[in-house]
Amino acid sequence: MRKEMNDAVLTREERVVFALRDLYRRYGYLPYRMSKFEEYELYVRNKEFMVGDRVIAFNDTNGKMLALKPDVTLSIIKGGEDRPGEKQKVYYDENVYRVSKSTHRFKEIRQAGLECIGDVDLYDVFETVTLAAKSLSAIGDDYRLTISHLGLLTDALSRVSSDPAFLNEASGCIAGKNAHDLKTACDKFGVSSSDYDALCRLLAANFAPKDAPAFLSSLPKTGAAQEIGRLAALLAASPYADKICFDFSLTGDVNYYNGFIFKGFLRGIASDVLSGGQYDGMMEKLGRKARAVGFALYLDLLEALDEPDAGYDVDVLLLYNEANDPADVAEKADGIRAAGRSCTALHAIPEKLRYRELKDLRKEGKTC
Amino acid sequence: MLNIALPKGRLGETVYDLFERAGFDCPSIREKSRKLIFENEKTGVRFFWVKPSDVPIYVERGAADLGVAGKDIILEYAPDVYELLDLGLGKCRMAVAAKKDFHDENTKTLRVATKFPNIASTYYEGIGRDIDIIKLNGSIELAPILGLSDVIVDIVETGTTLRENDLEVKANILPISARLIANKSSFRFAADEIGAITEKMKELVKTDD
Repeated sequence: MRKEMNDAVLTREERVVFALRDLYRRYGYLPYRMSKFEEYELYVRNKEFMVGDRVIAFNDTNGKMLALKPDVTLSIIKGGEDRPGEKQKVYYDENVYRVSKSTHRFKEIRQAGLECIGDVDLYDVFETVTLAAKSLSAIGDDYRLTISHLGLLTDALSRVSSDPAFLNEASGCIAGKNAHDLKTACDKFGVSSSDYDALCRLLAANFAPKDAPAFLSSLPKTGAAQEIGRLAALLAASPYADKICFDFSLTGDVNYYNGFIFKGFLRGIASDVLSGGQYDGMMEKLGRKARAVGFALYLDLLEALDEPDAGYDVDVLLLYNEANDPADVAEKADGIRAAGRSCTALHAIPEKLRYRELKDLRKEGKTC
Repeated sequence: MLNIALPKGRLGETVYDLFERAGFDCPSIREKSRKLIFENEKTGVRFFWVKPSDVPIYVERGAADLGVAGKDIILEYAPDVYELLDLGLGKCRMAVAAKKDFHDENTKTLRVATKFPNIASTYYEGIGRDIDIIKLNGSIELAPILGLSDVIVDIVETGTTLRENDLEVKANILPISARLIANKSSFRFAADEIGAITEKMKELVKTDD
């Protein structure tokens, strides 16, 4: 009964937020509440870390330049302090203010997510990836979580060339699964065909956790490869194994991110709805020594999912007029509501109201 | 069922031929009708024609899982999509052209007329040249003739239009051809189907070369 009521009353976004809060709380994550405003300077210094580079800025009454938050992670990093041996595990659901990709205007976006900051180890990465998968499954069963490792990509590229122009061009090609332009870039910069083939294997990789050993067997035994092997073994044994794949075309800014990065997709939504990873570089840039991993879920994108239409706005429309006794109208309406149906009492039928049943009390009315 | 956006026009028809030869045919597309969408349940594909410059939008926004767009359109709009294959069709080049007697002395801001402001800006940024972009939507060749611009940045196929208007190519920017693109989310849910189409088309492109 409670669930049915929640389904009827809450929007999909609200249901998801409640489910996520419950999920993160059960894993021991603490809620993180913050002000809507942040120092403008923080975003100017770290533009590349954010999804967009524009913020709504204004002068506070004391002349200080502030901004409406376009991002949550930066504030969490800035607001914390390093405590060796300890881990800070927090979750949030907050509104952020960014330029919409579609309208190119500022938009209020609800974002949920979590951060694990401290001596992050493989368990923390596994737990974060697990929570990312569980967060997606809280929205729908048909989801995919794609994982990459920036170390693997940077190792592979640096073995081939140290020319920044090549690295930039090749990274772009790998991110777009664009083998033909990668070939052109390799030819232009004198990269051998065997090195091109090795990069192509990374570009085309798309395998389930259980297939990781076979894929990794052809790669040099680097630290990144070993980390992938260990995480893949943990994920292969998880209930989400069939929803997860490794794909090294997923890239990120290496000045901020390192190690594992991941993105989540839901069928019916054209872009990723979840994005996360390890961001030790960002921590260092903000003067923190601790390591960190986390993710954000963009709840505004869930609008694209079809919500079943109940087909009506109210169960019963009661029509009454001045001749009806108000106490009688209230009694009849309350009786309907007590039976579990919604009811509205009006003088006339509104043009756009969709109702299941009409009860006309006007004929029963008597002059008071 | 995979939704595939094809560019309207001669290139689109050549591209459909390639899909057909790869085994992803849809006979109803050959029939004369006013239908907008053509579907073949057996092969699991649904085609629709769209304006060539709209293909990346349909794919990026997920209305199409796959599409075929020119490299010029992809570079200009920079959609967040996978670029899976160079189909080697519709080959041409993006070039800088001007009146035959024009010589850029680099003493003033260069006026550039183009349909491709991003490609033109990136090119001139790369060579450190200060420019003023004049965005036009058609008949670009008119701009230098009437003194609206010093040069144009446009697609050159055979060069006939340039020659007939006393213009010539001053620099080549990049080669252009049609590319098979995929929506990143669709790729996650239909990797096998998209992979099968890409592989079959790749074999055909190799053979045709």
